[in-house]
Amino acid sequence: MGSRASTLLREEEIEEIKKETGFSHSQITRLYSRFTSLDKGENGFLGRIIKIPESPMCRRVVVSFREDQVNFKGFMRTLAHFRPIEDNEKNKNPPTSEPLNSRTNKLLFAFRLYDLDRDDKISRDELLQVLRMMVGVNISDDQLGSIADRTIQEADTNGDNCISFQEFIKVLEKVDVEQKMSIRFLH
Amino acid sequence: MLLLGVTLLLLAAAGADPSGSAASLRGPLHASAPPPRLLPQPVPEYGAPGVASARSAAEAAVGTGKEELEAAEQQHHGGGYRVVQWEWSYVQTPYIIAIWLLVASVAKIFHFSQRFTTVVPESCMLILLGLVLGGVVLLASKKQLYQLDPSLFFLFLLPTIVGDAGYFMPARLFFDNLGAILTYAVVGTLWNAFCTGFCLYAAKLLGIIEQVKADLMDFLLFGALISAVDPVAVLAVFEEVHINEMLFIIVFGESLLNDAVTQVLYKVYISFVEVGVENVQTADYFKGVSFLIVSIGGTLVGLVFAVILGFITRFTKKVRIIEPLFVFLMVYLAYLTAELFSLSAILMTFCGIGANKYVEANISQKSRTTVKYTMKTLASIAETIIFIFLGISAVDKSKWAWDTGLVSCTLVFIFVFRAAVVGQTWVLNRFRLVPLDKIDQVVMSYGGLRGAVAFALVVLLDGERVKAKDYFVATTIVVVFFTVMFQFQGLTIKPLVKWLKVPRSTNSKPTINEEIHERAFDHILTAVEDIAGLQGYHHWRDWEQFDKNYLSKLLLRKSVYRKSELWEAYQKINIRDAISVIDQGGNVLTSARLSLPSMASRASFPEVTNVTNYRENGSGVCLDLQVIDNVSGSKVEEDMETHHVLAGNLYKPRRRYQSHYSRHFMPLGEKERQDREVFQRNMRSRMETFKSTRHKRHKKERSLKKQRRGSDTKDDGGDKPRRNVSWQDKPVVVPVEPEDDKADHSDPEKEEDVGITFTARKAETPKQRPKSALDVCQSPPPHTPSPPTEDSHLPWKGSVGSPPPCVSVEATKIIPVDLQQAWNQSISSLESVSSPPAPAEPVHPRVSALSRLG
Repeated sequence: MGSRASTLLREEEIEEIKKETGFSHSQITRLYSRFTSLDKGENGFLGRIIKIPESPMCRRVVVSFREDQVNFKGFMRTLAHFRPIEDNEKNKNPPTSEPLNSRTNKLLFAFRLYDLDRDDKISRDELLQVLRMMVGVNISDDQLGSIADRTIQEADTNGDNCISFQEFIKVLEKVDVEQKMSIRFLH
Repeated sequence: MLLLGVTLLLLAAAGADPSGSAASLRGPLHASAPPPRLLPQPVPEYGAPGVASARSAAEAAVGTGKEELEAAEQQHHGGGYRVVQWEWSYVQTPYIIAIWLLVASVAKIFHFSQRFTTVVPESCMLILLGLVLGGVVLLASKKQLYQLDPSLFFLFLLPTIVGDAGYFMPARLFFDNLGAILTYAVVGTLWNAFCTGFCLYAAKLLGIIEQVKADLMDFLLFGALISAVDPVAVLAVFEEVHINEMLFIIVFGESLLNDAVTQVLYKVYISFVEVGVENVQTADYFKGVSFLIVSIGGTLVGLVFAVILGFITRFTKKVRIIEPLFVFLMVYLAYLTAELFSLSAILMTFCGIGANKYVEANISQKSRTTVKYTMKTLASIAETIIFIFLGISAVDKSKWAWDTGLVSCTLVFIFVFRAAVVGQTWVLNRFRLVPLDKIDQVVMSYGGLRGAVAFALVVLLDGERVKAKDYFVATTIVVVFFTVMFQFQGLTIKPLVKWLKVPRSTNSKPTINEEIHERAFDHILTAVEDIAGLQGYHHWRDWEQFDKNYLSKLLLRKSVYRKSELWEAYQKINIRDAISVIDQGGNVLTSARLSLPSMASRASFPEVTNVTNYRENGSGVCLDLQVIDNVSGSKVEEDMETHHVLAGNLYKPRRRYQSHYSRHFMPLGEKERQDREVFQRNMRSRMETFKSTRHKRHKKERSLKKQRRGSDTKDDGGDKPRRNVSWQDKPVVVPVEPEDDKADHSDPEKEEDVGITFTARKAETPKQRPKSALDVCQSPPPHTPSPPTEDSHLPWKGSVGSPPPCVSVEATKIIPVDLQQAWNQSISSLESVSSPPAPAEPVHPRVSALSRLG
């Protein structure tokens, strides 16, 4: 939280980030200025954004950002999850390490948002929390509960009443995650 | 109404001349058309001359024009003894039109049932049909009398087609791809129009096109109208080949919006042609501005009407029947209003897009279905008419003139410039989240179908002003034929799509997990965009916030507004599950699977068990019907009410069977179990009664019920049947009444429960009918316990025995109206089976004792 990145971004840092995240040079400098501006708020890193009245779900994302990020590199690494997968990456031979914006990593990011206690399982309670964040107050607990039950029932294959990451992937295998979890970063 | 129609018809006929018959027939149109978008009515407008000629074809009578005059005269003097004549002239127009549509529709049936549907696309068939029709007419009258009336096309045919398209446009996808759609629609169409126009002019100057006498303006006009990709044709094909969503929405959205562009261009050019080419300098300026004004104005009109429509449907709970009418009227009014201000009426599709969400949420399920089917029907009628006219005018040589140069040049240019899609895509891909790859581009450039709109526009040209109209008509017909028949539909697109391995859309519906997680993704992305400081795609979700906070509050019913989309989606999925469960046949299912659908509207466990029991009893199918009814009501509150009632009552069918058993011989163990259950029930209900403070009310209700019952049986002649019922059904009555009481007490505040409780009981009562009917058939002759025992297996063992009768009866007889008949039948059958009381006796006293307890 609030740890200051150096005021100027050095070239080697940029290169490093570029390599790791796949962002272009201009993207990195753009995001760096964004990062520093976010860092300045009196409430610490991302403090201003948290104040933006959004859905609770959004807030949770922001908070998770705040937890994870201590420096610009981490910030970029997280953002890299949302980089769209480009054509040339598709065709390229699979790199030694999985890129951050791979399907699995995108899913993992989402999964972590559900999985609060980091036990690699989405329990019913955790799911309920997320659901509550998304639906607001208009829907009763019972209804939400039955949705959650159903969701887990549908996804759960090993009968532990939780959704593991494997099950999470399996359930979403038809979804175009590459597209739905991507943001168009300006060039 | 009818009277008015006749009067108008007479009035119109009085002033009718053969050529103006379109106007003359507007009488019946307006008189008999409460929903103005109803299509069969507009048809008469220009059906008239054709009608006359068709008749002449059939009867080989005098010349058509003359005949029509005659008809008009007959109308004047009609009424006397020339009944037959007069009546024919009175009905002829709608009659012929109806026959016409009937033929087209029957042809469609054949078309879809036959194998060649894969080879010959629908629009081809319609065109061919039109060719035949036109040929017949032409042979008969030597002269084609059809004229595509501008007002008919723009006021009736076009709004139906685009209204349908707009209303069912998937809004989310549409807005997600809005940028691409707008680029293709505006830039692409302008490019196509100008290039085609200029190139044709160049070809003319080069002498490739020889006969056509046209100047630059004419060619530009032609280029404009020929460059419109047709939504109708595109829709049909892409749906058929299940192309992936994104490609579909882009091509479809493009074809929808570029109609607006085309129309604007068309109108501008028309006005140029009218004022003369000299004034173009001033008009040039006008042109640029007018496009914006016309488009934005049309959109605004559409949105305003969308808001009004949403607001109106908010209050239609009491008048469900006219809900669809509101939808049609408002969409149509939006169109007309846009036309009124000469804005781009086609952009009133935004009315449909905008209103869809609120309207769908507000109106009832039935109204939704009505709207859907009516819209689709109207659109397909309009399409049919246009395509048939296309065929008909293709036959008539006097309407067009052939110029090989023009035709071939146009075809070439169309394809060449359509390929410019690639260029646009290149630009777009720099901004798009999901780039369109090469295959998409190929399909898109290949998907440049020209269809009805282009044809209608070219036919509407004023032959006086545009000298080359006949050539243009011929070229358009060829282009439409070519694109529709050979290039795209049926013949080549499917192999192409297969060959290119265009990602098809998966037909599977989203699961609840997908729904939830995709929503979560949306939220995540919005947050991340905020963090990254990007004004991205997901920023328009701010609009959703606005929508949620203000618009939905204003436009949605309270009961609807309180529901969340997620819940809605959840219910939809559940309904779907239930339906699929039924489709698979109830008996196949295990109770474990059953809990999925049954959890639909019930959060409470006991119901689930009820359902399961019921199903195990072999009558699961009917129960599921109830479930569906229950769920698909889908307004949560109503849903919950029914659900509560069912919760209280669902056990009955089972016990009904039990009691039924008791009438026949039953294994003792079974009987005892049942008795125990009855006892438990009774005790429970007694406890509830005890707890309840509304003792009096309960009694009142019970007496009410008694009265009701009396009146029910009264029909059958006084007390005697009732007594029969009592001996027969006492075991039933006993458990049922406490049950009812319990239900009443569980939600005493709900007044409707009384009524609904009755319904539930009534639903149960008819159940007896098949039973007793079976008894009548089976038990009386042998008078032995064996048939009853066999019978007894029936409800318990599910698949054994003969559940079908029960099922069907249960399914159909839920309606209380049917109760009496069922009662009567069961009672009469009971009367006829007067012997079995003896076996029933042993059970009887015990149960009645129990009943006294309750």
